[in-house]
Amino acid sequence: MKMVDPEVMVQHRDDRQSQSPASQTVKISARDVKIYYGDTQAIKGIDLDIMENEVISFIGPSGCGKSTFLRALNRMNDTIEGSRLEGTVTLDGEDIYDPSLDVVLLRAKVGMVFQKPNPFPKSIYDNIAYGPRLHGLAKRKYDLDEIVETSLRKAGLWEEVKDRLDKPGTGLSGGQQQRLCIARAIAVSPEVILMDEPCSALDPIATAKIEELIDELTESYTIVIVTHSMQQAARVSHRTAYFHLGELVEVNDTETVFTKPENELTEAYITGRFG
Amino acid sequence: MDNMTLIVLLLILMGVAYQLGLTRSRAVASNTTGRMNSRPGYYGWLVALWCGLPALLVFVLWTLLEPAVIRSVVFSQLPPEMSNLSSQQVGNLMQRLGDIASGYGVSGEPAPYEVAAAETLARLRGIGELAKIAVMASLALGGLFIARGRIRPQLRARNHVEKVVNVGLLLCSGVAILTTVGIVFSMFGEAMRFFSFVNPLDFFFGLNWNPRFSSTGHSSYGDFGLLPLLWGTLMISIIALLVAVPVGLMTAIYMSEYAPSWLRSFAKPVIEVLAGIPTIVYGVFALMVVGPFFSSVGDLVGIQIRSTSALTAGFVMGVMIIPFVSSLSDDIISQVPQSLRDGSLGMGATKSETIRQVVLPAALPGIVGAFLLAASRAIGETMIVVLAAGNSPVLHANPFEAVSTVTVTIVNQLTGDTDFASPQSLVAFALGLTLFVITLGLNVVALYIVRKYREQYD
Repeated sequence: MKMVDPEVMVQHRDDRQSQSPASQTVKISARDVKIYYGDTQAIKGIDLDIMENEVISFIGPSGCGKSTFLRALNRMNDTIEGSRLEGTVTLDGEDIYDPSLDVVLLRAKVGMVFQKPNPFPKSIYDNIAYGPRLHGLAKRKYDLDEIVETSLRKAGLWEEVKDRLDKPGTGLSGGQQQRLCIARAIAVSPEVILMDEPCSALDPIATAKIEELIDELTESYTIVIVTHSMQQAARVSHRTAYFHLGELVEVNDTETVFTKPENELTEAYITGRFG
Repeated sequence: MDNMTLIVLLLILMGVAYQLGLTRSRAVASNTTGRMNSRPGYYGWLVALWCGLPALLVFVLWTLLEPAVIRSVVFSQLPPEMSNLSSQQVGNLMQRLGDIASGYGVSGEPAPYEVAAAETLARLRGIGELAKIAVMASLALGGLFIARGRIRPQLRARNHVEKVVNVGLLLCSGVAILTTVGIVFSMFGEAMRFFSFVNPLDFFFGLNWNPRFSSTGHSSYGDFGLLPLLWGTLMISIIALLVAVPVGLMTAIYMSEYAPSWLRSFAKPVIEVLAGIPTIVYGVFALMVVGPFFSSVGDLVGIQIRSTSALTAGFVMGVMIIPFVSSLSDDIISQVPQSLRDGSLGMGATKSETIRQVVLPAALPGIVGAFLLAASRAIGETMIVVLAAGNSPVLHANPFEAVSTVTVTIVNQLTGDTDFASPQSLVAFALGLTLFVITLGLNVVALYIVRKYREQYD
C-alpha cells in the first residue's frame, strides 16, 4: 500500500491543470479503510484524500472495489446486509462513521447518482421536490418551485421539461432520466456528489451531455465518479485513482496516470492488457 | 374386444412403429453419404405418431358417433307411433333394447317389435365393433408403413414432431378453457330454467329470501330475493378484508424490507401454512373459539354480540386470507427495483420514508391487484360461513348479528332431499352464476392491474 502525499499531488495538479477549479482543502479523507461483506474483504486498506471542488475518477477492472469504496463515502453500504467498515472516513474533518452521526444528514451532504437512471415513479416535479420536502428545505410552494427550477437548470434539463413537469419522470429518455437524477441530487444542495458509472446505461450523445454537465458542476461541487470508460475518466476528471483487487494502486493527476503511470498494474490496465 | 384393450393394442403398435422407424432411419443413414436431417429418435417418433394418431382420431369419432347412428337405424324400424318420444323416453327405450339384446331380463314381456329392434341393435353393434377394429388397424398399419417408407435424409422429422407437440400442448390448455366454458354453460342453462319460474327482477332486486320447500306444494314458490344474501356476502367480505389487508400488508412490508434473511426464510413458510389449513378447520375454530370469545367480549362492553355472526365469520375469514395478501404483496414489493430504494436512501430519506413515499407508490397497482384477488377469494368462501355466520338471510346492517351468504345458500338449497326440477334447487344455479360473474369480474380487474404493473418494470 502506497501512501500518497497530498502535497505532492496538489503540486502535480497545479502544474498540469492550472485552470482546475479544485482548491487545496481536503474535503473527504479516508484512512486505512477496510470493507468486508460477510467474510470477504472487498477493500484492503485504502488511504485517499479528496479535495474540495475536484473531479476525481475511480477506474479499475470489474470487482476491484471502486464502487464499494464510493458507496462507503455516504454510507450506502449500510443498506447491504453483512457489510462492515474498519478505518476512518472524514468529511470536513468529521468522522462519518461516528455512531452519533445522523446518516440522513450525511446523505443530504453527500448525494449520489447511480449506474442506472432511477427516477421515482412520480412526476418530474415531485422527483426533484422529493429531497427538499424530506429535509424541509422549502417553506413555501414558491421556494420549492424555485429549487426545482434551479436544480433542473443546473442539470441542463429545464428547457426540455419545463412544459411537462407534471408528467412522470419515467417517461423521459435514458439520458434525460439520468440528468433528472442528477438534478434530484443537486436539489438538496449537497457538497459532494458521488456518481457510480453514471453513463454506463447511456448512448454516446447522452454521455457527452452528462460529461459536459460534470464539467459545469465542478464549480460548486466535489465530484467522485466511478467509471469503466478510461476515455471518460481522462475527459472529465482532474485526478484519477486506479483500484486493483480492493487496493488503491495509484492516484495521480489524470494526465500523469494516462501518460506516465507509475505502477505497472495501472499501465497494464490502461493499455488494455487486462480488465 | 373392449375399448381399453383396443387402446392398449394401439399403444403397443406405436411402440413397435417407433422401433421400426428408428431402425429404418439408421439403415437409411448408413446407405447415404449425406447427413440425416434429424436424430433417429425423431424418425421413430414420427412413424409412431403416423401410426397412432389417425387411428386414435377415428377411434374417438367412432365412439362418439356410433350410438347416435345405431339409434337412428334402430328407430327407423320401430312402429311409427314411437317416433315422437321425449329424449328421456328414447334413452329408457334404448336401455331396454340393449338389455333385451344382451339377454338380461327385462320387466314385462318384450313386445315383438322390441325383440326385432333388439336383434338389429345387436347385429349393428357387432358390425360396428368389427368395422371399427378393421378401420383402426388398417389406418395404423397404413400410417406406419407410409411413414416408414418416407424416411429420407431430407425428411424433416424433427420439425414435424415439433408441430405435433405444439398441437398437443394447445389441446391441453384448451381443456382448461373448455371446462370453464362448460361450467358456465351448464349453470347458465339451469339458471334459465330457474328464471322460467321466477321473474329475474324479483330475484336480483328482491329484498326477501324465503324459499318454501317444494313439499309444501307448487302453488307458491316463496321469495327468492338475492339482495339479503349479497349483502351478507359483502358484509363478511368487507370485515375479512378489514382484517386481512392491514395485517397482510404490514406483514409483507416487514418481511420484504425489514426482516433479516434468516427470519424471512423461517417466517414466510409458516405464514403460508395458514393458506394450507382446510377452511372447514377454520370454520370449526370460528364456531368453537372465536365466536364465544367475541360474545363474551361483547358482554363485557355491553354490546349484544351473537357468537355466530358476520363479525365472527368475517374475522376468521380475514385470518385465512392474510397469507394471500401478504405473500402476493411481498412478491410485488420485492419486485420494486433496489435502485429506487437506493435513490431514495441516497437522498437522505429514512427507511420508512422510502417505503411510504417510493416503494409503496411504486408497488401500489400490484398491491391493489392482490387485494382484489383476496376479495374474490373471500366472496367465494363457504365453509367458514356455513359454520360461523349463523345462516340468517335477513337484510340488516348489524355485523354482530347472524347473516347468510350466497355460497351458504347454495349449499342449503342443494343438500338434503331435493327435486332438481324445482325452483328451490334451481335457484342455486342462478346464485352460482351470479357469484361466478362477480368473482370473475374481480379477477379480471385484478389481473389487468397486476399485469399493467409488471410492464412498468420489465
